[in-house]
Amino acid sequence: MNVGTTTTTVPSAGPLAGSRSFLSRLRQGDEIARMITFLFAASVVLVTVLLVFELWQGSDLSRHKFGFNFFRTSVWDPIFGQFGALPFIYGTLITAAVSLLIAVPLGIGAAIFLAELAPARVSDTLEFFIDLLAAVPSVIYGVLGIFIVVPLMRQYIQPALKHALGFLPLFQGPAYGVGFLTAGVVLAIMVIPYIISVSREVLLSVPRDQREAALSLGATRWESTWKVVVPFARAGIFGSIFLALARALGETMAVTMVIGNTPTISASLFSPGYSIAAVIANEFTEAVGDLHTQSLIELALVLFILTFILNGVARLLIVATSQRGSGMGNV
Amino acid sequence: MKRITGLLLVVLAFAGVLWADSALSITGAGATFPYPMYSKWFDEYHKKNANLEINYQSIGSGGGIRQVTEGTVDFGATDGPMNDDQIKAYQDKHGFAILHFPTVLGADVPTYNIPGVDVELSFTQEAIAGIFLGTITKWNDPAITGSNKGVSLPANDIVVVHRSEGSGTTYIWTDYLSKISDEWKTKVGKGASVNWPVGLGGKGNEGVTGTVKNTPNSIGYVELIYAIQNKMPYGRVKNSSGAFVKADLASVTAAAAAAVKSMPDDFRVSITDAPGKTAYPISSFTWLLVPAKFSDTNKRDAIKGFVKWMLADGQNYTEALSYAKLPKEVVAKELKAIDKIQ
Repeated sequence: MNVGTTTTTVPSAGPLAGSRSFLSRLRQGDEIARMITFLFAASVVLVTVLLVFELWQGSDLSRHKFGFNFFRTSVWDPIFGQFGALPFIYGTLITAAVSLLIAVPLGIGAAIFLAELAPARVSDTLEFFIDLLAAVPSVIYGVLGIFIVVPLMRQYIQPALKHALGFLPLFQGPAYGVGFLTAGVVLAIMVIPYIISVSREVLLSVPRDQREAALSLGATRWESTWKVVVPFARAGIFGSIFLALARALGETMAVTMVIGNTPTISASLFSPGYSIAAVIANEFTEAVGDLHTQSLIELALVLFILTFILNGVARLLIVATSQRGSGMGNV
Repeated sequence: MKRITGLLLVVLAFAGVLWADSALSITGAGATFPYPMYSKWFDEYHKKNANLEINYQSIGSGGGIRQVTEGTVDFGATDGPMNDDQIKAYQDKHGFAILHFPTVLGADVPTYNIPGVDVELSFTQEAIAGIFLGTITKWNDPAITGSNKGVSLPANDIVVVHRSEGSGTTYIWTDYLSKISDEWKTKVGKGASVNWPVGLGGKGNEGVTGTVKNTPNSIGYVELIYAIQNKMPYGRVKNSSGAFVKADLASVTAAAAAAVKSMPDDFRVSITDAPGKTAYPISSFTWLLVPAKFSDTNKRDAIKGFVKWMLADGQNYTEALSYAKLPKEVVAKELKAIDKIQ
């Protein structure tokens, strides 16, 4: 997430560098450093390729048996060998969407406060706590979800939502406490620290001139923040959101503890559901038979592709919006 | 500095000697349900045989079967016996058989949370099957109230809770349901994970317990040991002789004893819905999976020694950990079967 770094090219500076032979560069260490770091960088690509290859190979049986139906059917029956991924894809997308709907406004609002409005001491202290939150293991958020969020949801929030907005299909059906909405809320709690932490850094790195120019033109403090600083940092803020999205899509433990683990597709956010990561974690160890195991591996492949597509869309979005007024287009 | 280096060398040399001395290490993997028992056994056995170390990974029954078949561990462990296909796959790969050895017994119990009801409920086969199939949806259904005279059950919807992850507990529960309900057998079947007709999934015994405790009008199933250790309320279940039996160590052992007569030579027997007035119907053995042939004779003798000890002295440790003992007849039969390990 090196948002805002300008890519400076240092090597071969000056007329001397050109005449230096490969051997002399090797002796001075430049070439060695280059090769070692290249190897490290290449290993990232290698791991990705290997991963896809393994997932592709490992899901051979289920890909051939179900083909495209794997994405269209919603029965998941290990006993009778019927596997459809639709409810899991649905659950993964819905919970991620709910979490971002909650986390993005909260996170960016908090980041703006910390970067622009709060005194430095307050900002730094809070940042310490936010970093702490970002480092809490997800199983702890899951426990928090079971003991605090689920009872709260069942007793207060879901009945209140049903009462106020019950005419929408989103808020109908029995309130179990667990389900899409609860999973989304727990995910939101988990990803907010990422959004705040990264967005705050990005906002802080906006050059002083930008603010001062706006202020000198007669803008109020808020106007300079909202109309100049935030747009300038837009690409970086998007970056933080996509980091959060990636975590929300792949989160396993916390989600499986509060989502209800039932493969259903329902318009209601109160309904229990299931996510791709959760079903893999739940069933992989005890999967009996090749077809079950391979279907789970294919689900992993689906999750990988889903993340890939969403990341691609994210990049496009940044490119499309960073034309105007953003100082950080080259993310 | 020199002295420290010297000291370090001495320590290293000692460590080397010790390491070389504790030569034999045996690895196993599988079922999580008997893990507390197994780790106690392996620990006690190590105290008696200092030169033998048994490492056990509780990765789940499915994983245990997979790993022992692939030959990455010396023995496996499972809560549901290997099926014929798996046994054949093992035989084809290795050229010799895999043997099942029952070690202890466990049981599943129905646990529930109905506001205003704090008595022990009694469940008939029809009630349990109906609830988990989703055909009985209210607590005051005649199938439930019929066996609970005098208890005022509410007209509320039943919330079913089951295990979300594949588990031996689910295997036992669905094995039982398959025996008592034809509809369950044809629609759902038995296995470590199944396609549940209704209900919420909780992760692990603790997840099911948490969900049941948190959700009014819910019912779930957990392992007996877990229910005992956490002082959870659980109901009695009607057995095949028509008696309502509460699960405890005695009634679980009774179910195993009732199944002794029909015990096959390979010990792969399901004792759910066992006959006998005192037998608790949702009980099961848990098994060690031991290859019939070892190329390393030291390992073979060590495993045989351990199984022998487990069947004799080892059984004395079971009840302290809330596992039910093997019946004497089963122990006798297993002692004979040890000779099959070559």
